[in-house]
This record gives sequence, C-alpha cells and structure tokens, in this order.
Amino acid sequence: MTALTRKLFRDLWHMRSQALAIMIVIASGVATFVMSVSTLDSLQRTRAQVYAEFRFADIFAPLKRAPERITKRLAAIPGVREVESRIVAEVRMEVAGFPDPVIGRLVSIPDYHEPKMNALYLRSGRMPLLNQTGQQEVVLSEPFAKAHQLLPGDAITAIINGHRQMLRISGIALSPEYIYSLGPGAMFPDNARFGILWMNRKALASAYDMDGAFNDAVLKLMGNVKPADIIESVDRILARYGGMGSFERRHQQSHHFLSQEFIGLETMATIFPVVFLGVAAFLLNVVVTRVISTEREQIAVLKAFGYSNATIGWHYLQLVLIITALGVIAGIFSGRWLGQGLGNIYMDFFHFPYLDYRLENNTIALAFFIGFSAAIAGTLHAVMRAAKLPPAEAMRPEPPARYRESVFERSGIRRFLSQPSRMILRHISRKPLKTLLTIIGIAMAGAIMMISNFQDDAIDHMLHVHYKLTHQEDLTVTFNDPASRRALYEIASLPGVTYAEPFRQAPVRIRYRHREQRTVVQAFDDSMSLRRVLDRNLEPFALPPEGIVLNDYLAELLGVNVGDHVVVEVLTGRRPKFEIEVVATVGEMLGIPVYMHIDALNRRLDEGNAIDGTFLAVDRPFMNAVHRELQDMPKVAGITIREAAIQSAYDTMGDTILIFTFINTILATGIAFGVIYNSMRIAFSERSRELASLRVLGFSRAEVAYILLGELAVLTLIAIPIGFVIGKEICAMIAVHMNSELYRVPLIIEMSSYAFSAAVVLASAILSGLIIWRRLEKLDLVAVLKTRE
Amino acid sequence: MQAEVVFQARGLTKIYQVGETAVHALRGVDLDLFKGELVVLLGASGSGKSTLLNILGGLDKPTNGHVIYGGHDLVKATERELTEYRRYHVGFVFQFYNLIPSLTARENVAVVTEIARNPMSPEKALALVHLADRMDHFPAQLSGGEQQRVAIARAIAKRPAVLLCDEPTGALDSITGIVVLEALANVNQELGTTTAVITHNAAIGGMADRVIHFSDGHIAGIDRNVEKISPQGLSW
Repeated sequence: MTALTRKLFRDLWHMRSQALAIMIVIASGVATFVMSVSTLDSLQRTRAQVYAEFRFADIFAPLKRAPERITKRLAAIPGVREVESRIVAEVRMEVAGFPDPVIGRLVSIPDYHEPKMNALYLRSGRMPLLNQTGQQEVVLSEPFAKAHQLLPGDAITAIINGHRQMLRISGIALSPEYIYSLGPGAMFPDNARFGILWMNRKALASAYDMDGAFNDAVLKLMGNVKPADIIESVDRILARYGGMGSFERRHQQSHHFLSQEFIGLETMATIFPVVFLGVAAFLLNVVVTRVISTEREQIAVLKAFGYSNATIGWHYLQLVLIITALGVIAGIFSGRWLGQGLGNIYMDFFHFPYLDYRLENNTIALAFFIGFSAAIAGTLHAVMRAAKLPPAEAMRPEPPARYRESVFERSGIRRFLSQPSRMILRHISRKPLKTLLTIIGIAMAGAIMMISNFQDDAIDHMLHVHYKLTHQEDLTVTFNDPASRRALYEIASLPGVTYAEPFRQAPVRIRYRHREQRTVVQAFDDSMSLRRVLDRNLEPFALPPEGIVLNDYLAELLGVNVGDHVVVEVLTGRRPKFEIEVVATVGEMLGIPVYMHIDALNRRLDEGNAIDGTFLAVDRPFMNAVHRELQDMPKVAGITIREAAIQSAYDTMGDTILIFTFINTILATGIAFGVIYNSMRIAFSERSRELASLRVLGFSRAEVAYILLGELAVLTLIAIPIGFVIGKEICAMIAVHMNSELYRVPLIIEMSSYAFSAAVVLASAILSGLIIWRRLEKLDLVAVLKTRE
Repeated sequence: MQAEVVFQARGLTKIYQVGETAVHALRGVDLDLFKGELVVLLGASGSGKSTLLNILGGLDKPTNGHVIYGGHDLVKATERELTEYRRYHVGFVFQFYNLIPSLTARENVAVVTEIARNPMSPEKALALVHLADRMDHFPAQLSGGEQQRVAIARAIAKRPAVLLCDEPTGALDSITGIVVLEALANVNQELGTTTAVITHNAAIGGMADRVIHFSDGHIAGIDRNVEKISPQGLSW
C-alpha cells in the first residue's frame, strides 16, 4: 500500500463521523431508488408473467344477450385468435355474521375444459364439479374469501335471479382479470363487500335462462393487430345483441387501475431519489470542500515533492468514491430489503398469484451510476480546485478573512448588539455564498420532511372532499334496472330513512374529435342535498338544466373547453348517441365523472322519468333494519355504505402511498440530521481556533458556544421558512406527476406538516448543537493555538 | 576552481497583486548557485527571499526573467515539466515542517520515495537525520525539532540535486535549531547536495559557503565565508 493510500484510509477514519453522515444520506437516496424501482419492476414483471401464464384476454365485450353461434362470427374477425363466451352476473350475497350488503360477481367457467382466457390460479381446493342436482359449487376469489375467513367446503348464500341459493365453495382462486378488483361504483377495493365467484357455465346458464347464449365475450388477438380495429368489428357484430361497447385491455378495470397505481409508484420512484441524492451531492460538496481547505498545505507539500495534479485530484476523488461506494452498497442492501417488504404490502392489495421480486442487475448498476454521478457532480469542482491549487499559493496560509460591518449593524442597531452578536452577524455576512449554501442545505432537509407529510395531507383532503362534502348520504342504493319514481317513494317511506334523493347513471363513451374516454354519466335532480357536485371553491354547484358538466381532468384528457360539443355514446339500454354542449367543468379529485341534470339525461335516454338508484339519509339506529329491508327488495342490485367506502379508501391509500411515504419519512429524517450535523460540525472545526482564542481571553464555554451555535441558530431559523417554500415547490411537482384518472392530488399542506418539518429541523439542530457543545468542552486550548492556521 | 553552475537566475522580478496594491517581491535578481555549495539567503521578512526560493523550486513563476536549471528555462516549463522537476530534482524543507499528520515519520518519507527515481530507503534517510528510533511515530508524537528532521529526511530521500529550505529553524528554539542545521550540514557534506537555506537569522550565515543578503526585493550583497563554522559553533 502506498503512503498516499494509507493517508487516504487514515483521513477517512479521522473524519468517520462525517463520512458516516454522508454515507447515511447517500444510502437513503439509493435505498429509496432501489426500493421503488425494484418494487415497480417486480410488480410489472409479475403482471406480465401472470398475464402470459394465465392467458389474460386482449378484448372484453360485455353485452345483453347473444346466441352462442355469434362467437363464431367474432372468431372470424381477421386478427382474432380466440374467442370465449361467458355469462357474468352481479348478485347480492349474504355472508353469515356480516350484516352489511355484499355484492358478488358470478363469472362462468367452461364446463369441460380450462378457460381459454383469464385462467384461474387455484390457491386451494379444486375446480367446481358439474353436478345437475345437488348444491352448486363455486370457486371464490381469494381476497373475498380471506376477508370473511371462508375455506373450501364452506357455504355462502347468493340471491340469484330472485332466488336465495346456497353455494358450496370448492376452491379459492385468483384471476388475472381481478388483480385489482373494484365493486360496482366503488373507487377503492373493498374485499369484504365485493367478491368474485366462478361457477360452471351450465349452472349459471340455467339460473339466468341463458342456455345457448352468453352476455360477455373475451377475445385474444394475434400479434401485431391493433385492438382498435377489432373493437369496431366486435361492436358492429354485437350491436343488435345489446353490446355495451367492447374495450381493450388498456381499459379493463383491473389492468387500468393497476397501471394508474404504477404511475403513482413511478413518480415516487423518480422524485424521492432525485431529491435525496441531490441533497447527498450537496452535502458531499460541503464536506469535501471543507476537507480540501484544511488540507491546503498538505496538498502544497505533495505538489512541492512532485505529485501531479492528476494524482492529487485522484487522491481526493477516491475519498469521495469510497464514501459513496459504501453508501451505495448500504443503500442497495437496505433498498432490497425495503423493496421486498413493500412488494409484500402491495400484494395485499394487488392480488397476484405470486410476486416475482427480483433486484435486477441493471438496477444495481444504475444505483451505482446515479450514486457516483451525484457524488462526483457534487465534488468535482472542489477536487479540481484542489488539484489546480498553485503550490506556492497553497503554501501561504489562507489570506486573512475580510470582515465588514454587516447590513444589520449599518442599519443602526449596532449599539444594541454585544460583541459576540456582532461576530455572529459579521461571520454570516462575510461569506454570503457559503452562508447561503448552508441555509439551502438545512432548508432542503426541511423540504424533504414536507414531502412525506404532504401526501398524507393531500389524501386526507381528497377523501374529505369526496366523502364528506360531495357525498353526504349514508347509503347508496342501486337498482337492477331503471325503475320508476315509485321505487324512490317506496324506499323513502322505510322506517329510519329520513331523506331520499334519486339518481340516474349510464356508462358512456365520450368523444371529442379523435379522443375518447369511457366513463359514467351521473345525473341528479335539483335537490342535490345528499350528493353534491362541487365547484373549484368546493361550493355546491347547481347542474344546469341542459348540457353536460365534465370533470376538468377529463376535459383536459379530451382537449375540450366549455362551449365545445362532445359526442356521448350511451352503452346501455337503447344505446342512444347524442351531441351535447359542455356547459361547465368542475374540479373533482377522484375519478373522471361526468354530470347531467337528470331530466336532460332522461330525455336523451328516452326511457321516461326513470331512476337507477337513490341516495339515502338514514337514522343511525335504523341502519341495520334498513339494510335488511333493502336486501329483500328484488329490484335492489347493490347497497353502498359511505362509512365502509371511506374505510376502504383509507385502507387502500394507507397500504400503498402512505407506507411508501412512511419509509421515506424515516429516510428523510436521517438525511435532515445528516445535513444539519455536518453543517454544524464543519462550522465548528473551521472556527475552533478562533473559539479557543476567545476561551483563552476569558470567555466562558457558554459565551463561546453562543457565538458558534448562535450563528447556526440564526441560519437554521432562516432556513426553516425557505425549506417551506422549497418543500411546497417539490410537493407541487409531485402533485402534478401523480395525477391520474384515479385521482388528482391536491396541493394541500396542512399547518401540522409545516410544523413537523420545522420540528425535525429544530430537533436535528438541537441534537447537533449538543454534540458540538460536548466538543467545545474538550477543545484543547493549547494545542489549537499552537497549530498554524 | 570554479564549480559547475546548478541554477542561473537572470533578471527575476515578481509582482503580486494584493487587493488594489501591487507588491514588488523581486525587483531584478541575478544569481548563480553552484554544485555542492551551501548558501544562506539572509534578509528581513518581506525581502523577497521566499519568493525567490519558490521560483527556484518550481512552485511559483516570476513575472519576468529566467531561471536556467540543467540547460532548461524553468520559466518556460509546462505544468507537467515542473511537476517532474520537483519530483526528481528538488527537495523542500519548510518552516512549519508540513508533515502529513495522518502518516508516520517513515510513511511521510515514503510519500516521496515512492514516486522518486533511485531514492534511498526511508529508513536510511531517517537514520541520516538520527531518527532511526522514531520512525513509526506520527507527527503529533514528535517534537518540533524531530518533525523538522523528518521533513529533512523526506526532502533528501530522493537524493535531490538541490535542497531548498525555507526558514527551517524558524519555529524552533536555538538548541533544537542547531540539531536541525547539523542535519542539513551533514546531508550537504555527505551527499554533496546543493543547499539553499533561507533565514532572517544572521548567525546561521556562519555555516554557509556564501551568504546572500536580501533587501527589498533584490540582492544587497554576497559574502563568501573563508572558513565555515560548524553548526555547533553557532549561537543566537
């Protein structure tokens, strides 16, 4: 080992506490990166594998009813490889010991062979046996089974076509079609209240009088075929059989939601590491600049003895690279560990048969690349300056600092300031750039803390607006088929129901020029006291008697402005298609809803004064009784409880975004402390000689500490509000990038988040201050004065 | 007998810009240094002697003039050539020793021997300055005089053609200073290294072959000692 290498290792050991702080920062940045990228990669890879393995369909075509022979016509469309017809029906279910309404989706599986598409992954039990007489058997979706602790052999009750029927569970399974499963009208998964039941085709056909017919088809395409072309042909064929508009995989609910979730994860996988590593680069810059300035003379000596610029530059760069390498390695290991954990958490929520978690070599390579890039970017300038330092100049001590009276003093407050206070002010204003860098460093630490809390705040706000301001009903009742107003009065007269409000809704394809989007038109009457539409100021917005109101995110997706006319294609009933003016846009944060006045929609649907359901206000003590009454009404297809919806929203968000955020908060706290401790530690060593001189002159430790820590306190206090500003900017950036059809993240930062950010910064500063205080005690006056500046 | 000329400096001037004022550190210096001689450059602080030494050592460049070493003009040398020049031809000793605190005495010498051509071993260099028993001590464990002797060992280990010493006793008391000067005299005698010692201490002039007086950026006069005094005979 050369003497220079030895110097390298001893220097490293000497600055180990600072090196460790930097390593933690780098490791945190790399860990977030590795965690998010590997989780995202693994989820995407798993999804692709599961799709291939279980033959996930390419096109989905729901319809009213078509004879089986139509499948041949579908199969004959050029580009279609396979077609499978199915029967799908939604039923009300009863689960013992669970009073809330439960909806099940019955999906048929072929009687004598494996499904050609959307095959099941049997977790336990077996496929249902074809059995003409006795109890029907079903395979239950795993999340639903888990939510109710149901096992193969157990029984559940479903109200199939008006008849209460006992179903025996033969097995528990997962399907590529329901990796993310949402009940009708739900925004978030609720596994206790919505489940999938796979049943033999024959049994389901006889229950629904669908012998020789189907109401759902799935298609697999040949490679290189554009789904859009096929969709057109499929829709043409199915039009007269009540086709509800076929759609490609991209719009399939589970796939679509999964993709939207991945977008959110991707954003977090980008922004957090960028911010963290940016801070790490900054920190390295501060520390390395400091190390180099203390080693000015050593550099000069090495040069005097004939070491080249390159050798010296490399020597200091190695210092950086070793710290970085250790940080990156630690980051990769912890990122992998966190990634596995995060992946498992996602598995509670994305129902894949398995998670193929893998940390790809290229992710590792990228982690090194990013880590080293950040480190080199942060230190190259300092290292180059060290290398280029002219030896004769380096030999001379640094020119004495030039102090001036600070702006504050000149403003006339000087006479109120003690000598030490003047020292603080002058030192701060002497090197404005350095002061600024320290402030930015601390501010960044504070900003990071805000990002983590911001998501909490945003989600709270989003859910508050959606479930407290927009939805004020206790229950939402949906009918099987459009019903007359009489149904509304009937339900309104149930004991305990204090108020009922009708709604109409229809799945639609909405088109503007070449862009189109599938969504649901929701229509309300003038009352709108339970279900409200809100404008951008969160004030109730009265639906105009004519025209359509779009959510502004949807308007943006379609490129529509108020005053434009859009084409609306209703996908149920008589399937009317009409052009309508966009009369307003509203800024709702969840989903991409479209609103019309109920009368306007009914005129278009041409089904008289029908309604699809009702929002109810119910006296709490009557809640269960109302449930029971509603469950027994044949026309009721589903009941949604607002409280339960709120719960599942929080569960979902909590499981994904908030866990991610929590991990990042912990890492961010480490970073915040690392930055602040380093800033203080550097200030201390730069000024230890000056402080020792003051001690020799008779200053007490507290007085000396005041000069040093007072300065840092001033900088910290300046940094905190700047951190707020930077933090808010980063949050705004995150908010924009996280926007998806599922939700728009509002830029809401609560006071408590500002307070939390300030508290972590202050706590880090106080802790660092205490460490410095202890070092002040050990300050060796004689030794410090003996060494040359 | 006229010895071989090692350095030939002609018309050296050096102007520093300090703030708004120009400082004339050298105002036209002509000087020859001969092989094997021990020269003392004597002058008050600020007289320009350190500047001259830095220029001779390839650490700094003059504003005007030439320094010829081994047929080459150092003033025209590139950064790379200057690095080579320092690496193979010159040894430096500084007032404040400038040892690398994280390396032991032996390792401080090794820093130089590792990159030199045909150096002596660190152990031998340290033995020459009578520090054979302190080789594994870190700078912080050595006295000032010992540190300066390590610095001398470090400077001579590469067997330089020239040894340039900037106030080598400036930070030492007289007894320790004399021990250090002895070490320098020894090296000069045993290795025949051309040695230039800067000092503001007139007494040290006694051990030199020639004493060059510096004042206000130029050479005020040169004395040749007929008889050199050994360092033990010096006192201040």
